[in-house]
Amino acid sequence: MSTKVYAGTEVPVNEEGFFTDPALWREEMAPAIAADAGVGELGERHWQVLKFVRAEFAEKGTGPTVRVLGKTSGVPVKELYQLFPKGPAKLAARIAGIPKPRGCI
Amino acid sequence: MKRIVILGGGTGGTLAANRLHRAYGDGARIVVVDRDDDHVYQPGLLFVPFGMADADDLVRSRPRQLADGIGYHRGEVERVDLEADRVHLADGTELGYDALVIATGARLMPEETEGLTGPGCRGHVDTFYDLDGAVGLASALAAFDGGKLVVNVIDLPVKCPVAPLEFCFLADWFFTERGIRDRVELTYVTPLDAAFTKPVAARTLEGILEAKGVELVTEFTTGEVDGADGRLVSFDGREVAFDQAVVVPLHGGASYVDRSPGLGDELGFVRADEHTLRSQVKDNIFVLGDAASVPTSKAGSVTHFEGEVLARNVGQFLDGRPLDASFDGHTNCFIESGFGKALLIDFNYDTEPLPGHYPADAGLPLLKESRLNHLGKLMFSWLYWHSLLPGRDLPGVSSAMPRAGKRFPEAARR
Ligand SMILES: Cc1cc2nc3c(=O)[nH]c(=O)nc-3n(C[C@H](O)[C@H](O)[C@H](O)COP(=O)(O)OP(=O)(O)OC[C@H]3O[C@@H](n4cnc5c(N)ncnc54)[C@H](O)[C@@H]3O)c2cc1C
Repeated sequence: MSTKVYAGTEVPVNEEGFFTDPALWREEMAPAIAADAGVGELGERHWQVLKFVRAEFAEKGTGPTVRVLGKTSGVPVKELYQLFPKGPAKLAARIAGIPKPRGCI
Repeated sequence: MKRIVILGGGTGGTLAANRLHRAYGDGARIVVVDRDDDHVYQPGLLFVPFGMADADDLVRSRPRQLADGIGYHRGEVERVDLEADRVHLADGTELGYDALVIATGARLMPEETEGLTGPGCRGHVDTFYDLDGAVGLASALAAFDGGKLVVNVIDLPVKCPVAPLEFCFLADWFFTERGIRDRVELTYVTPLDAAFTKPVAARTLEGILEAKGVELVTEFTTGEVDGADGRLVSFDGREVAFDQAVVVPLHGGASYVDRSPGLGDELGFVRADEHTLRSQVKDNIFVLGDAASVPTSKAGSVTHFEGEVLARNVGQFLDGRPLDASFDGHTNCFIESGFGKALLIDFNYDTEPLPGHYPADAGLPLLKESRLNHLGKLMFSWLYWHSLLPGRDLPGVSSAMPRAGKRFPEAARR
């Protein structure tokens, strides 16, 4: 485990860069996490997904999978891959400061 | 007299009905609903494409698997009225219940993937997840004399998540037997970042893929299956070419779940407490098998282990007592690896598949290829019809995962 400084706050992250304490996340941190994760500037559609992911996590304790995101976030899967290339579910979770989605068995 | 309605007459519905009937005798009126009368032994579908099983032998009458005294209604479930405790069927029948058991399994949804129901499908693209597909693949593989064969899981969850890997192993064996293995390129394409979800088993299975010369492509989320040009296209723009594709389509719950507000999750699976198997929507609704959204594999073995817990808890509920049976997530799968061998994995919610023996030190080897496991897999078909469906406990196999015989890592033992 290591730490990162985002928006002036030091936060613990795991080997893959996911927050280990989602309570420490603030919106101002997202652009810098996105840069670390190789995702460019965050636009309105990114934010729609990030907010959705945050809300899902608050309700269910885990982030949604890509398929569920595509069905429920209002952003279709194809576009999700344009916004977050190489794995929308994982990247959105990382930028939104929640753990890697458990996924299905 | 208590009324129990069971939706689905597959593995779970049948064994739950038989268990509840035994527990209640004439004290309950049990009705099972299914849309057709053909019960398919689904694990056998893996063998059909390789000529190791005959499609006709996998199918038996549904109502005949139910003990005398259990009602059977053939019909399509239209929706469940949660408020009124009633099930509506497409033929207009309404069934009221004191307890409802949902066992309608998982549905294949090829229409959700671009190209999967389009031209070129069935033929160069097929699935062994249903009877027609398995039979189609048998002719396709018999005629295949070289080229690229790709096995692709579109996305999880799927029934029996090891079955696509078994398909790769058996394909390696099948083409070796036919003397053309050197002319066939085998590739396994998965959306996961490894061959399997659980790390220890994933490493073993990847080792076997490698030893058999099967290429592994990971983190590939299929957006399109182009049957005409023979390529899989991922959402992030990668392509895998094929001459023959074996695809496991997206799975979702039964469509009536979507038509019954509040009953299911986004994918049509019914959220249930992972230990009691009671649904999270209503106290008188229970779920088992593939229909349930619980964090374990969608497998017949899981359904069987759940059945014991479910039958007990439905009984407790109807008698007004607290639910006292708890499911630990126990899963047990034989993994056919070709050349007359198979592996066995055994795990639950807390313990990933580990090496060792099952059910105790003197038992079947875990996570290791052996002839004994292959015999176990073959014998399972007999046990399925004669022991598992009638709702009996299998000798030496219990709902709770055994710890004896497993080699736990040091950290877990402390
Ligand atoms: C290729 C393959 C290989 C497998 N291998 C193994 C294995 O080796 N080991 C193992 O343990 N498991 C294996 N499985 C998985 C196993 O078959 C399933 O997990 C098991 O059958 C689940 O039981 P179930 O009762 O939940 O669903 P099912 O047995 O599928 O039954 C669901 C029933 O509900 C009915 N139904 C659905 N919707 C409606 C409706 N609206 N109206 C009326 N009826 C409806 C269906 O007709 C069906 O009969 C395999 C599956 C496949 C496809």
